[in-house]
Amino acid sequence: MKITNEQIKNMYETMLKIRKFETRAKDLFAEGKVGGFVHLYIGEEAVATGACANLRDDDYITSTHRGHGHIIAKGGDLKYMMAELFQKETGYCKGKGGSMHIADATKGILGANGIVGAGHNIAVGSGLAIQHRKTDQVCLCFFGDASTNQSTFHEALNLASVWKLPVIFVCENNGYGISVSQAKHQAITDVSVRAAAYNIPGVTVDGNDVFAVYEAVGEASSRARKGQGPTLIECKTYRWRGHFEGDPTVYRPDGELEAWIKKDPIPRLEKYMLENDVMTEEEIAGANERIDALVEEAERFADESSMPSLESALQDVYTDIIEEGRVR
Amino acid sequence: MRKMTYAEGIREGMSMRMRENSNVILFGEDVGKFGGCFGVSAGMFDEFGEEMIRDTPISEGVIVGAAVGSAACGLRPIAELMFVDFLTVGMDQLVNQAAKMRYMFGGKITLPMVLRLPGGGGTSAAAQHSQSLEAWVTHVPGLKVVYPSNAQDALGMMLTAIDDDNPVVFMENKVLYSVKSDVEDEVKPIPFGKASVKREGSDVTIITYGKQVLDSLKAAETLAKEGIDVEVIDLRSLFPLDKDAIYNSIEKTHKVVVVSEEAKRGAFTGEIASMIAEERFYELDAPIKRIGALNTPIAFASNLESYILPNEQDIVLAVKSLF
Repeated sequence: MKITNEQIKNMYETMLKIRKFETRAKDLFAEGKVGGFVHLYIGEEAVATGACANLRDDDYITSTHRGHGHIIAKGGDLKYMMAELFQKETGYCKGKGGSMHIADATKGILGANGIVGAGHNIAVGSGLAIQHRKTDQVCLCFFGDASTNQSTFHEALNLASVWKLPVIFVCENNGYGISVSQAKHQAITDVSVRAAAYNIPGVTVDGNDVFAVYEAVGEASSRARKGQGPTLIECKTYRWRGHFEGDPTVYRPDGELEAWIKKDPIPRLEKYMLENDVMTEEEIAGANERIDALVEEAERFADESSMPSLESALQDVYTDIIEEGRVR
Repeated sequence: MRKMTYAEGIREGMSMRMRENSNVILFGEDVGKFGGCFGVSAGMFDEFGEEMIRDTPISEGVIVGAAVGSAACGLRPIAELMFVDFLTVGMDQLVNQAAKMRYMFGGKITLPMVLRLPGGGGTSAAAQHSQSLEAWVTHVPGLKVVYPSNAQDALGMMLTAIDDDNPVVFMENKVLYSVKSDVEDEVKPIPFGKASVKREGSDVTIITYGKQVLDSLKAAETLAKEGIDVEVIDLRSLFPLDKDAIYNSIEKTHKVVVVSEEAKRGAFTGEIASMIAEERFYELDAPIKRIGALNTPIAFASNLESYILPNEQDIVLAVKSLF
């Protein structure tokens, strides 16, 4: 695996951005400043970070309901993300989408998605567009273990493999489909075995090891960029929070969360960096301060922004038709 | 002027744009060498090749989803489902993805995709291959829905559908595929939201689209012999909807019959009727009549199917009941 110290530092900062943004979002939800459904990514940071470290700005991703980490890792701006959570007109979606629908076409982010499994097929379409234009872009499709029970997963892997599309399927196996454990929702332990059904490579990696994810996605992306088709990568990880904020997580066995917190990907990377002279203690502290300031700035930006105008409710349904408003 | 079948009109529209723009592609079940289940894309594989005319697996979810994803990434895909009935399998991708992405993402994405959906009964294809599901799609904000009734409109509206930057549901009628009609030599896109007055009349307005345009025109001839002068309006585009054409006609005739092949309960014709009742009630001097299929699945046996689907005679009787 070839990786520079600069790349490692960038990955560390990305993981911090995700952790700190999500932690603040959790607190803001508890304070009532962020409403709706919020699905947090805390604990899974190494997956989005290691995966997206292989991507260019002109590559695409599809995301999920638990999308903040993917969007940050693909280059999303914390200010516009936080403003969207605050329902403000300056948000990524002008306050029309919220946490579950953040997208940024300029960064190839084809949207978080509120329908479990919907991204698989959209990623196939994205791969089709890339193949048709004959570029060396890729589309990386993030999804959870439970979505691999949806028909979309099988339709998408089948078509992507038949057409050899440049799609990287990255499964974040966090052990649960909402409250139902993997053992209860599928009769397999490793999601990657499903690749065999489509005659494509399937690998399982430690999703809390950012280097392992980086390497696996790196191999998959170089295959995809060379026209060798899709890969299925399963990253074993764990979400520290509930399915959404407010989930009491009564379904988790005692000690499970604590065991995973010990496998926190962030201190693990810090330890590696210190041992290998990538960053010093002071530099790590400096990075933390910088990211703290970014999150504070994002919150201030969101707080000071305006709510969307009522007229905006009628816009953006079509490119060329404004819907009729209500007469009161 | 030349004669062309409805299927040829659709094919010509797709082919014209594919010759001009390599980002226009067609995919679906058996659309390649086989030429499509109803022959609509016959010969296109040979002209455009396997990269532009792609056979898919039998996977309606990913057919619609691939249209969404490829449109979001710069292509102008045309996806064909073999029967509108199979939309059920791809419904999430149309309703929750295609129709909503632009809005959910704050207008920052465009989805120039066309979804072709052959529908309608009259072919002894029974309950899962004969439906008319216009109400399902016209109900969803974010979709444009068109339903041509003849070759000229099929061609011109296909050009407009491909040029449109929004998801367009292009509904086609299977019985009409082989029907020939006049097509002007000069081919032009036909704008959406413009109805076509197929027959001018002063006594009663029939509002319809698709195959029922033909049935309504026949009914109008029969009624003319009995002294009733019928105006027939072909909506062509269900959304955007040409309200002016509807209201102008009603302000002239003061009587209206709305006809479609959908099961009558919850049909798109109900939307038209309620709109007229809300906005032009005082122009009417008789109740609004609606004609649709019976509220049953479509049966296989030809006598049952004929009984279930609306026909010319039903239109004649409905019009007469207003006098």
